[in-house]
Amino acid sequence: MTKKLLLAATAALAFAVPAAAQTVAITNAKLVVGDGGQPVDGGTVVIRDGKVVAAGPGVAVPAGVRVIDAGGKWVSPGIFAGFTRMGIVEVDGVDETNDSGASGTAFHAAIDVAPAVNPKSSPIAINRAEGITRAVVAPDNRGSIFAGQGAIIDLGADMDAVSKPRAFQFMEWGENGARAAGGSRAAAYATLKNALFEVRDYIRAPASYTDRGKDAFLTRADAEALVPVVQGHMPLLIHVERASDILVLLQLKKEMPALRMVFVGATEGWTVAPQIAAVGVPVIATALADLPESFEQLAASQSNVGRMTAAGVLVAVGTINQDEARQARWEKQYAGNLVALNRVPGATGLDWGAAFAAISSKPAEALGLGGEFGSLKPGRRGDVVIWDGDPLEIGTSVVSVFIDGVEQPLETRWTRLRQRYLDPKDGALPKAYQH
Amino acid sequence: MIRTLIILGALAGLAACDAGGGRAQSASSDPAPASSGPGKGKGYSHDPFPSTYHAYPGVPTLLTNVTVFDGEGGRIDKGQVLFRDGKIVAVGQSLDAGGATVIDGKGKYVTPGVIDIHSHLGDYPSPGVQANSDGNEMTGPVTADVWAEHSVWPQDPGFGRALANGGVTTLEILPGSANLMGGRSVVVKNVYARTMQGMKFPGAPYGLKMACGENPKRVYGSKGRMPSTRMGNIAVDRATWARAVEYKRRWDRYEEKGGEPPSRDLAMDTLRGVLEGEILVQNHCYRADEMAIVLDMAKEFGYHVSAFHHAVEAYKIADLLKANNTCAAVWADWYGFKMEAYDAVPENLAILDKEGACAMIHSDDANGIQRLNQEVAKARASGIKAGIPISEEHAWTWLAINPAKALGIADKTGSLKPGKMADVVLWNGNPFSVYTRPEMVWVDGALMYDAKDPKRRPVSDFELGQPGEGDVK
Repeated sequence: MTKKLLLAATAALAFAVPAAAQTVAITNAKLVVGDGGQPVDGGTVVIRDGKVVAAGPGVAVPAGVRVIDAGGKWVSPGIFAGFTRMGIVEVDGVDETNDSGASGTAFHAAIDVAPAVNPKSSPIAINRAEGITRAVVAPDNRGSIFAGQGAIIDLGADMDAVSKPRAFQFMEWGENGARAAGGSRAAAYATLKNALFEVRDYIRAPASYTDRGKDAFLTRADAEALVPVVQGHMPLLIHVERASDILVLLQLKKEMPALRMVFVGATEGWTVAPQIAAVGVPVIATALADLPESFEQLAASQSNVGRMTAAGVLVAVGTINQDEARQARWEKQYAGNLVALNRVPGATGLDWGAAFAAISSKPAEALGLGGEFGSLKPGRRGDVVIWDGDPLEIGTSVVSVFIDGVEQPLETRWTRLRQRYLDPKDGALPKAYQH
Repeated sequence: MIRTLIILGALAGLAACDAGGGRAQSASSDPAPASSGPGKGKGYSHDPFPSTYHAYPGVPTLLTNVTVFDGEGGRIDKGQVLFRDGKIVAVGQSLDAGGATVIDGKGKYVTPGVIDIHSHLGDYPSPGVQANSDGNEMTGPVTADVWAEHSVWPQDPGFGRALANGGVTTLEILPGSANLMGGRSVVVKNVYARTMQGMKFPGAPYGLKMACGENPKRVYGSKGRMPSTRMGNIAVDRATWARAVEYKRRWDRYEEKGGEPPSRDLAMDTLRGVLEGEILVQNHCYRADEMAIVLDMAKEFGYHVSAFHHAVEAYKIADLLKANNTCAAVWADWYGFKMEAYDAVPENLAILDKEGACAMIHSDDANGIQRLNQEVAKARASGIKAGIPISEEHAWTWLAINPAKALGIADKTGSLKPGKMADVVLWNGNPFSVYTRPEMVWVDGALMYDAKDPKRRPVSDFELGQPGEGDVK
């Protein structure tokens, strides 16, 4: 009971809309809804109380509200970064600032990244200034196939970053999972099945599930954390690359339909795309992985996202193994590259609307949160970006960013350093006096 | 052929010297050989693993109706590029085809092949398993005796991706940055071969990979040995350079005056090559203050730093780099992954360029090398946003003539100038756009990639018969 109250309180805090949310109408926009459609000219977006009220070409502007004339510029939902470690790492190489994973703990599935998120970490500001407004933040696994519970964060310039704590459980499969389970995929499979059985035991009689300490397959806290996964209340994001590994998981999903699997990575996904589509497992893919970087990625192809999408798989883009801590901003470039593939004979890319959706609504939908995030459909969070050009094109800059309806500052360490060193030579005083 | 003759000549000279020395002691008829060395630079072979690269057959080709960035800052709209027998013949607006195959490139762009000055392809190939990990000889802080070329696996699938997706025609493969002096680099043409020698860029100077900062002190500090600090880094560097100066003095004297040849030391051979200006220093160094110390150290021992690589803070000392004629090779927007990368700004290239310093893009990455055109586009856009005007044709020097200069091969490639290697990319649109891809890539006038022809797309041995064979799309 106490726990439930605590949870409720945390949730209420996390979902609180900042007081500064305004009613804003952005008019005269080249409007991108983010649902896969193409941009339309002359669009209007209305945000009220932190949420999208309406967006489209024929939307009326409410009386007495702040109106921003976009002057024909591109207006879109903010980028929803599909897979990151943003906010839990400042400098990877400096252990004290890196909370992505813990090797000295007894806990695994029970780990919850939310308390580690630092809204003031510099990647949050840098990515915010580039139009990233939300991010999936996952822990990194250490010593178990289960990495722990990830969060959805917003990139707003306030101290309230966690939009949704414990939004999913993250698990490693394939080579990483095998390593964590002791050295083989077979052992990982046994570990997973055993964990699921133990969770069922826990569900039957939580009070008699004793904590068996560090030597246990699952601590009591881990078992408890996996309950919503087994019951289907919490998505299970699984990093998996190889086609055969994907098929093993699809079979498991058939045996345990309650599991809300989401594949992450899925480099060889295109080779089994019809099977993924048939079972209906969403994928958060690496956009441009085309190297056989490991033996589980031999079939790597830049056409992976396009081919899976064409086969009917719900595909989003994330930065998996690509500087997850700070470069979610690259997703725009990746999406643009997916469009470029359409001009290469034999390759399969995405059209512009689908490419943008892959970094806005699709990640939210993959997590079951499409009703709340990722597009400018009515009722979604008021995450809106005004751009000075095509947001997927290199060189396009952000004009304004709104998160939960609150206009955001765009200054960062980058802009401060740039300003100081535009002229590298010393002036009348050392550079340290130039601020 | 000429090169081979030179090598054979040097070896023959060595053999003759030994024999001559022997004779001198027993014969009084010819006293000269006893006191004369083998001649300057001939004390030992400087090229024991010579290039066997050869240009593949091409046809005389005229590209018409294209926008040309010549790689040295020139631009021609509605331009033409003619190449024949592996060489650029002419660039202009109305050239005589002279029977060449004409390719109408309406709406398309032509540039010199992309040059990446910093790659570990072949040394850290795909798949990146431990058995293939050959890029860092982490057994001592100074391993100037190792040569990256002896680790290069010419079947790395990464070479083909860099060609097809990135238009990369030349790259420098370096040893890793675990060591202060990590060994020699090798410059290769991006053409698959059965052997490393078959890829080696003919006549390209070797580089010496040096490293500042966090990596050497971490690797050796964690082993409980020197260096464990930045001051330790410089101390070991200086002690090593002092030995090199002495080694050079002994060999110079022997080559000039003869006598007993000094003992060979393979590490010192490399450092002597640097002191001679024959081998170019490619120095991994992030922080501005450390680069300044290295520049002073180079003056102390009489060598030149060709380029600082990963020079994240180069923008803070652009004037100093210019004054020392030292280039900076940088990323567009990598930042924050370690402490010495904390002060990165995306305007780095633009500020260097504005101050007149020699600047270029580099990848250090098997994925990044596939999109260096986009990295330059990003760096240019950041500069323009900061109020630094940079034309597209000028920005293209950052992945063409500037890396060629820093590699000592600017007389052979790096721009579309008559007489240079016909290393050419036809892009299917403006290469500063995210929506553009290479359409055709020629190396020495041979068509090595054609987006429309699956047969003009390399598939490495490793990929044959594997899932997704050759699917580089």
